[in-house]
This record gives sequence, C-alpha cells and structure tokens, in this order.
Amino acid sequence: MNLETLSLIIVLAPLVGAIAAGLLPLSRTAAHRTTISGVFIAFVLSAFVFYQVTILGHAPFADGAYTHTLYQWLSTGGLSFEIGFMVDTLTTTMMVTVTFVSWMVHIYTIGYMKDDEHNWSDDSLGGRNSYQRFFSYISLFTFSMLMLVMSNNFLQLFFGWEAVGLVSYLLIGFWFQRETAVYANMKAFLVNRVGDFGFLLGIAGVLMYFGTLDYQTVFSALANTPDEYTTKTIEIFSGTEWSVITVICILLFIGAMGKSAQVPLHVWLPDSMEGPTPISALIHAATMVTAGIFMVSRMSPLYELSLTASSFILVIGAITALFMGFLGLIQHDIKRVVAYSTLSQLGYMTVALGASAYGAAMFHLMTHAFFKALLFLAAGSVIIAMHHKQDMREMGGLKKYLPITYWTSLIGSLALIGFPGFAGFFSKDAIIHAVHVASDGGQAGATFAYYAVLAGVFITALYSFRMFFLVFHGKEHMDEHTREHLHEPSWVVTYPLIALAIPSVIIGAIALAPMLYGNYFEGAIVMAEGRNAFPAADFHGVLSFVLHGLMLPPVYLAAAGVGLAYFLYGRESAIPGQIKSAFSWLHKLLEEKYFADRFNEIFFAGGSLKLGSFLWRIGDRNIIDGFMVNGSARSVGWFSEKLRYVQSGLLSQYAFAMILGLLFFLVWFVHG
Amino acid sequence: MTAALNHLHLFVPEIFVASMICIILLVDAYVPKAINALTHQLSQATVIGAALLTLLNQPTETTLLLHNTFVSDSLSVTLKMAMYVLMFGVFVYSRSYLQQRGLLKGEYYVLALCALLGMMVLASAAHFLSLYMGLELMALSIYALVALNRDSAQSSEAAMKYFILGALASGLLLYGISMIYGATGTLELKAVSDVIAEGKAESKLLLLGITFIMVGLAFKLGVVPFHMWVPDIYQGSPTAITLLIASVPKIAGFAMLMRLLVDGMSGLHSTWGDMLIILAVLSMALGNIVAIAQTNIKRMLAYSTISHMGFLSLGMLVGTNEGYAAALFYTLVYALMSLGGFGMIILLSRSGFEAENIEDFKGLNKRSPWYAFMMLILMLSMAGVPPMLGFWAKLAVISQIVNAHMYVLAVMAVLFSVIGMYYYLRIIKYMYFDAPAENSPEIEANTDMRWTLSLNALAVLGLGLFPHTLLQLCQNSL
Repeated sequence: MNLETLSLIIVLAPLVGAIAAGLLPLSRTAAHRTTISGVFIAFVLSAFVFYQVTILGHAPFADGAYTHTLYQWLSTGGLSFEIGFMVDTLTTTMMVTVTFVSWMVHIYTIGYMKDDEHNWSDDSLGGRNSYQRFFSYISLFTFSMLMLVMSNNFLQLFFGWEAVGLVSYLLIGFWFQRETAVYANMKAFLVNRVGDFGFLLGIAGVLMYFGTLDYQTVFSALANTPDEYTTKTIEIFSGTEWSVITVICILLFIGAMGKSAQVPLHVWLPDSMEGPTPISALIHAATMVTAGIFMVSRMSPLYELSLTASSFILVIGAITALFMGFLGLIQHDIKRVVAYSTLSQLGYMTVALGASAYGAAMFHLMTHAFFKALLFLAAGSVIIAMHHKQDMREMGGLKKYLPITYWTSLIGSLALIGFPGFAGFFSKDAIIHAVHVASDGGQAGATFAYYAVLAGVFITALYSFRMFFLVFHGKEHMDEHTREHLHEPSWVVTYPLIALAIPSVIIGAIALAPMLYGNYFEGAIVMAEGRNAFPAADFHGVLSFVLHGLMLPPVYLAAAGVGLAYFLYGRESAIPGQIKSAFSWLHKLLEEKYFADRFNEIFFAGGSLKLGSFLWRIGDRNIIDGFMVNGSARSVGWFSEKLRYVQSGLLSQYAFAMILGLLFFLVWFVHG
Repeated sequence: MTAALNHLHLFVPEIFVASMICIILLVDAYVPKAINALTHQLSQATVIGAALLTLLNQPTETTLLLHNTFVSDSLSVTLKMAMYVLMFGVFVYSRSYLQQRGLLKGEYYVLALCALLGMMVLASAAHFLSLYMGLELMALSIYALVALNRDSAQSSEAAMKYFILGALASGLLLYGISMIYGATGTLELKAVSDVIAEGKAESKLLLLGITFIMVGLAFKLGVVPFHMWVPDIYQGSPTAITLLIASVPKIAGFAMLMRLLVDGMSGLHSTWGDMLIILAVLSMALGNIVAIAQTNIKRMLAYSTISHMGFLSLGMLVGTNEGYAAALFYTLVYALMSLGGFGMIILLSRSGFEAENIEDFKGLNKRSPWYAFMMLILMLSMAGVPPMLGFWAKLAVISQIVNAHMYVLAVMAVLFSVIGMYYYLRIIKYMYFDAPAENSPEIEANTDMRWTLSLNALAVLGLGLFPHTLLQLCQNSL
C-alpha cells in the first residue's frame, strides 16, 4: 500500500471511530473498543510512516514529493482550495506523538470515566450516554489534530485549528451541568476567538501577498526571491510602514498565542481544567496547546525572514515561561498546578521559537508531551483514588497507597524539572543554550529571555516538588472514609502511566543527537544563516552533553528548587504560612493571577457588554428598529392611508388627473 | 388586388375567429337551451382552432400584408399564442361563476371573442388605423363586458367610468396620431419610423404627437397618473370580467407599446424613454404603497397591477432588444400570475358570496391546504420570491436596467418590490396563521376548474424552476 493511502487511513480511522461512537447506538464496551482501535490503527500506521520518512529518509509520496493533494475542494477566481497532506519529518514527529499519547489517553479513559454517571443528575439526558460521547469527542479530537499537523495548505490548517478548538470547547464543558464548566468553556472559546482573529488575518495576508494558500508554493517563493517579500511594506495606520513579513508573522503568532496559551491570551488554560482529566492530559497539555508551537515551526521559512517577529515571540514566551510558573506556587488544586506548569513549559517552547531553535522547540514539545501527559494522568489517578477530590490540602502521604502512581509521578516530575539524563533535561537545556546563543548574538529581548528561562528552572523545580511532597508525603489529611477506600486504580489507569514513564526517561537521550545536531528536520525547518545554535560540530555524544550540563547553572537551580520545596513542604512546617502572611500583597497578586482575569472581566467583558448595550439601545432599538424598520413601516402605512383618498371615485377628478398628467408631459417634454 | 391578397394565410386566424363569432351568435340565438354546453364548447374550440391556425401559418420572416396594414412576425405569433392560452383559462374559470349568477349568456362569449379579435389585430398592427381599430374593438367589447351584470349599480357605474375615461384616452391617442401623420405624412408605422430616422419631420410636432400617444398608451396600461380607472373597474366588475381585464389585455398593452413605440417611433426613444421612467417610478411607488391599505382583494390586486405595469415599463425604457425581451417576459409572467390570482378568488366565491375581502382568505390552509398552497405560490411569485417565476421576471428587468447603468432606477425597483412584499405576504399570513372565519363555506368547483387552476399555479412554480425556456422564447421573438 502506498503512503498516500496510508496517510488517508491515519486521518480517517479516528474519524470513523468518532462517528461510530457518537452517532451509532453502541454499548460502552463497543464504543471504547471502536475508538481505541481507530486510534491504535492511526498510531501503528503513523509509526510506520515515521519509520519510512524519518528513519529511512524516503520521500512519502510519488516522485519524491513531500506533499500530496487529495482533492480539490473548490476553485474560485484563480484560487484553488485543496485538501492534501504534507508529510515530512516535522509532520511524522507530531503524528507519532499525537497518536501515541491519544492512544494512551483512550485506554486510561476507560478507568477514569467508569463511574461518570455520578457526575450527572439523575434526570439528565446528557448523563445517559456520556461515556460514549466522551470517547467520540476524543477520537474526533485526534482526527482534527492529525488534519492540522498533516495539512499542506493554510486552509486545511485553519480547519484543523478550528476543529481542535471546537472539540476543546466541547470537552471543557463536558460536564455541562456545572456552571463553572460552562463558564470555562465559554472563556476558552472567546479567548481563542481573539487569537483566531489574528490567525485568520495572517492567512489573509499570506493569500494577499503570495496569491496562494499552498505551503510549498509560499515556501519556495520565499526561498527563491526572499528580497521581494522582505522589502515589501504595508501601511496599517496612516504614516506607519510595516514590513509585510513581520505583520504576517505576528498575526499568525497571535493565533498561536491563543491556542498555545501565551500571555496575555493564557487565561483560558487554567480554567480548562474543569474538563475531565484525560482531556487535560491530551488536549490541554500534550497536543492541542502545542499546535501553535508546531505551526510556527512549520512556518519557519516565514519567521526566519523577520527578526522583529522573532523577538516579539521571544519576549512573549519568556514572560509566559517565568510568570506563569510563579502562579503554580500557590495553587491548591492539583490539576491547576500542572496546568500552570504547562503554561510555563509552553513559554519555554515559544522562547525557543523566538530564538530560531525550532528543532529545540519541537524537541521540547515532544518530551513535554510525554512527561506532561504522564503528570496529568498521574494527577488523574490520584483524583480517582481520592474520589474526585482535587484539593492538595486534603491529601498527603499517598505514597504507600498508590505506589505506581507515586513512582511514575516522581519520574514525570524529574523529567519536568530537568534532572540530568531525563527527557526534560535535554530539551530544556537545549532551549536555554539556544537563548544564550541568541543573547550573545545580540537579538533584542534575548538577554531578558535568558534570565527568565533560567529563573524559570528554579520555579519549576519548586512548584513541581511542592506538589509532589504535598500529595505523596507528609501527614494524611484526608477524611476517614476516603482513606479506607484508597487503592491503586485498575490497570487501564496504571499501564498508560508506565507506558508514558518510559519515554519520559529515555526519549531525550535518544532524540537529542538527530533532532538538535543532526539533519533530522532538514527540508522541514529553515534556519537563517548564523541562527543555528546547534552546529553538528559541537556534538560529542549524549554523555558529554550531560556532563557539560552538570557544569551549567540550570542543574543547580533545579536542585535548589527541589531543596527548597523539601525544606518548606517535605515535612510539616509553619514556614509557608509565615511567608504567606509576610508577603500577603504578593500572595494576593499571585492568587488573582496578576489580575488578568479581573482586568478581562472588567475591561473586555464589561466593556463589550456596555458597548453592545449602547449599540443595541441607540443603534438597534432606536435607529434600526424604531426609526428604520418600524418607522418606515409606519410612514409607508400612513402614506398609504393618505394616498388612498386620492381615489375619490369621482369621474371628473379621474379625468382631471389625466389631463394634469398630460399637461405635465407637455410642459416637461415639449415646452422644455 | 393580388398584391393585397399576398400572404393572406397569415391572416387566417383572425378570419377564423371573426367567422366563429358570427356562428356562435347564431347558435346562441337559434339553438335554445344549448347555452350551458354548446356555446362554451364552441368558444373554447374557437380559441384552440385559432391557436392551431396560428401555429400552422407561421411567417418565415417579418411579412407585411393587406396594404401594409398588418404585420406577421415571430413577436405577433408569440403574443397571440399567449392570448389564446390565457383566454382559454379565462373561459374555464368564468363559466361556473357566471352561471351561478345568471350571467352566462351568449353575449359573454361573443363579446369576449370580439375583444380577443381586437387584441389579435392589435398584436399584428402595422398601421395607425389597424392599430386603432384593434384597440377600439377590444375596448368597446370590454366596456360592455364590465356592464354584463346590468342590474348591479356598481357594475354599471364601473362600466360608465371606464367608457368615458377610455373615450377620453382614445381621443388623446387619436389626436397624437393625427399629429404624427401631420409631421410624417404617413400612417404606416414602418414609414413613420423611416421618416423620423431621416430627420425630415418637424420635431416640435413629433414631440406633441408622442406626448398625446403616450398618454393614450399609459391609460390603456393603467400607469400613474392615468391609472385612476383601474381600481374602480377591477372592483366594480364581476370577478369573471375582472379576470379577463387583468390577464389578456396586458398582452395587448405590451403589443401596443411595441408596435407604436418600437416599430413606429424608435427614433424618439430618448423622449418616450424618459416619459416611461416617470410613469414607471410613479406606478411602482403608488401601486405598492396604496395596495397596503386595501381591504378588498380585487382592489389590492388592481394596485398590484399598476405596480407591475410600472415594472414592465422599466423593461421597455432601456430601448434594447434585450430590454424588450425582458419586458415581454415580464408581461407573460404577470398575465399568468394574474390569471391564477383572480382564478383563486373565483374559486373561493359562490352565489351570494364574492370572497372579495382579503379576510376571506383567513385560515384557507385549514379548509383546503392544496389551494392555500397554490395561492402561496402565486403570491410569492407576484412578490418576486425565488424560485417562483415572478422572481425571474423581476430579475430579467432589473438586470437590463443595471446593464443600462440606471442604478438609481434599479435600486428603486428593488425598494418598491420590498414594500410590495408586505401585502402579498399578508395574504399568506392570513391563509396560514389565522383561524378561518365562522361558517366559511366549503370550496366547490368543477373538475376542469380545479385542474386548470392547479396547473396554472404549478406552472408558475415549474417554469420558475426552469426559467430559461420561456426567457429564450421571449428573446427569440424579438
């Protein structure tokens, strides 16, 4: 079978599963079997395609092409809208990551959603088939995400972009009887609209200046005649000239800011934790939120032409990486800690993009997908064991009850903080190194970003192990009833934990050489001259990388973070409380999330409500309804009533009207 | 002599209709009690026979005969065929209505066929005299038909008004014709056109002539401000006669416009085009606005006619063949819709109950969903809602206006159509959303009426789905 067909099956298998589970009257078992088979097929085939394209280096499609057009959707005004695939090393990396994590999450969901009917009121229609619906949604998500990463044009990219957004919306609000869930999914939807607005404008910009939506055509135009595009300017406000490339890059990146939750469009992600935990793992940690990172990497030929856009990205990423980490320090909800950690890690990836280290960003994306999915699922496992309690203040000492969860969480946390040899160590060090190089190269904002990501390492270690100690060590704070029922969840929960723990340890060491120093992404990612922080000559083996890493500050910062966490939370201590009261203003600031939500509520939400109500009152009710609609109807009616009296029924008047008409014509046409 | 009788076969349909009129007159007088069936059947046979003869004797090219007073071309064939079809429908719809009211006499058929003959002559007129003769034959017959129910004061009053105003209009028309004759020295339309084109005619005199002719034409079409007769006559006549007035003579009106303005005076297009602009805008405005205030459906449809005639004038004033084709298309479509609309009123009425008020349509859907649906089609079509035929007619005319870069006019046409939607939709609202009045009678009608009416309405829908055929026919006729 050729790879054209395989690619199609990879995309369609999860879709078929989603449709079957969603629309057919399947039993619970049938629903999860169908969807899991669909995703499993997608994973196995993705792995095969990965082997063919990335390991063996074959071009996937006929005639050595990396793109393949499936069919033309429509053609209008010389523009052709097509559905097709672009499968190169970048795509296959994403495909394998997405399908693997998705597969794991599917299996895990069987255990997590087993008792979902408790989450619904008895008379609710939504609770009757929530299990099947959930499987349908996550399979649909897998389909959408694959469409997004495999696309060979901007239109299909946008389709996938919106489709994952839709599924995310549906899943955040999965328990739609909870007011907070509905609020959270609305918020996610609205914030993403802001990002998508920029994204769509960016696509429109591409269409306007390149006349096509096809990646390959755009990229080769950029490669062949870069000067033609870099010199072009656009006047957005009168009197200001902007480089077109910079404008397009920043607009597209605004889309990425929404999807990948970068400051200031990050506000939706913590709230998205209202959704079931498997979703938090799959969509809001491992895959969907990385779509923005993937997109910018995919567009590297574009971003490499605008240093301004790169610096913008760098600064946004650095702010996100550091300041979102702080917020993780004071959370009590176990999932929210992981959520802020995700925000912070997405910031790291974004920083890498800004430093043109697309390979490092993708590398971190991949390692992060594994260890963050692991951390989320471990958190979920704790939540199941705790009977859906999520407050860490009611936990403690879980180590002896949940040994598998404990050890896998430890692995995940070590990978996250960058313990030498673990996956996160390589990818995070790579990013810090890349920023350091960019800072030496004098890129605007790079020095700030360098110190931000360095500080971020300390913070990451601190909040991760704060959570770890609070949950698994110390005194048991749960009530008696919960303690009696504490036990490790069934194998469907623990096996995925183990399966994810393995790559969390080893994937970094394996992928380091090819992804960073090798030619892994050759052809898929473009780097401008002098922007490569990882020349092959610098590479002397994984061991030497680790040893070199031991001499750099990040490791010690991480160690300090863990140490402090142990000092504060590893045993019962009054110090955190004292710090809290000593720095109450700081605590307040963090608790209010820098007042970002409050600001949005008052300024954007309140402002648009006021504006909307003003426009409704003046524009809609008075001018349109009152004056134009009803007013015109009234005046026509009034006119009609008056005019009908002209028809008097008197013959003489009729004849007189005729003569008047005649006279008018005579005067107008003959005399004039 | 031989020259005069050349191509006489093209005149056979008119001869046939004239002969049949005589026969029907005799049959009616001497065959007692045959009235119910025989006269009716003979009249139908006359229409069908004339149609066959017209189809058999089609001219290969534009042919003038009878000393250049009579023209036979593809336009005349199309117009006459449309008249036959409409006349056939009129006879079917009118029969039981007139019978129930004791009005179904031989005179009705004779007068109606006389009117038909007049209109046929009008459609083929190539000479001011033949044109005027056809016009008067039609008009006089219709004056008499309006007064068919002579015991009704309302009908008599309507007939009197129509007659006097019609006479005034005819006088103005004749006066105009005499001036054109004075300026050009000929009554043959073709020759008049040639003289005007050569620029030899006294222009002031021509302007006077065209103004008077225009007034006569405007009266016949019923456009503002020469429309006053229309509502009174539509309301005052027995519905069966209104049906006749509202359908077939519209074709004749278009024929008159074509023969007089296009065949005879295309050289004065700049003048009569401007006049038509004024007439069209006034008609669309007044027709659509005043129709809203009406409670009598016949009167409402009368105002609707006025606005439709304004729309038709829009097609004419462009002054291109495409514009005339659009106007012809509009005329045919309107006549078909109008036939169906008045047919519906007849269907709902019975002896002693005229169904003339708009409120009589309340809850029709509960009483008879099928006919409510037929009326829905007709009303939507008149309002110009796709995919009904009426939409394509409006579209054809408006696109011609736009092609001629008269954007303001096009916008006005659309605006007034929107205003016009109100009163058509009101009938639909009454039919579907209001409860039927107490003791509203059952619908009873004979089979051919039911079938023809359904066919009539479905044609509006069906042709609307495939408008190309009819539009193509109109374009080929010019």
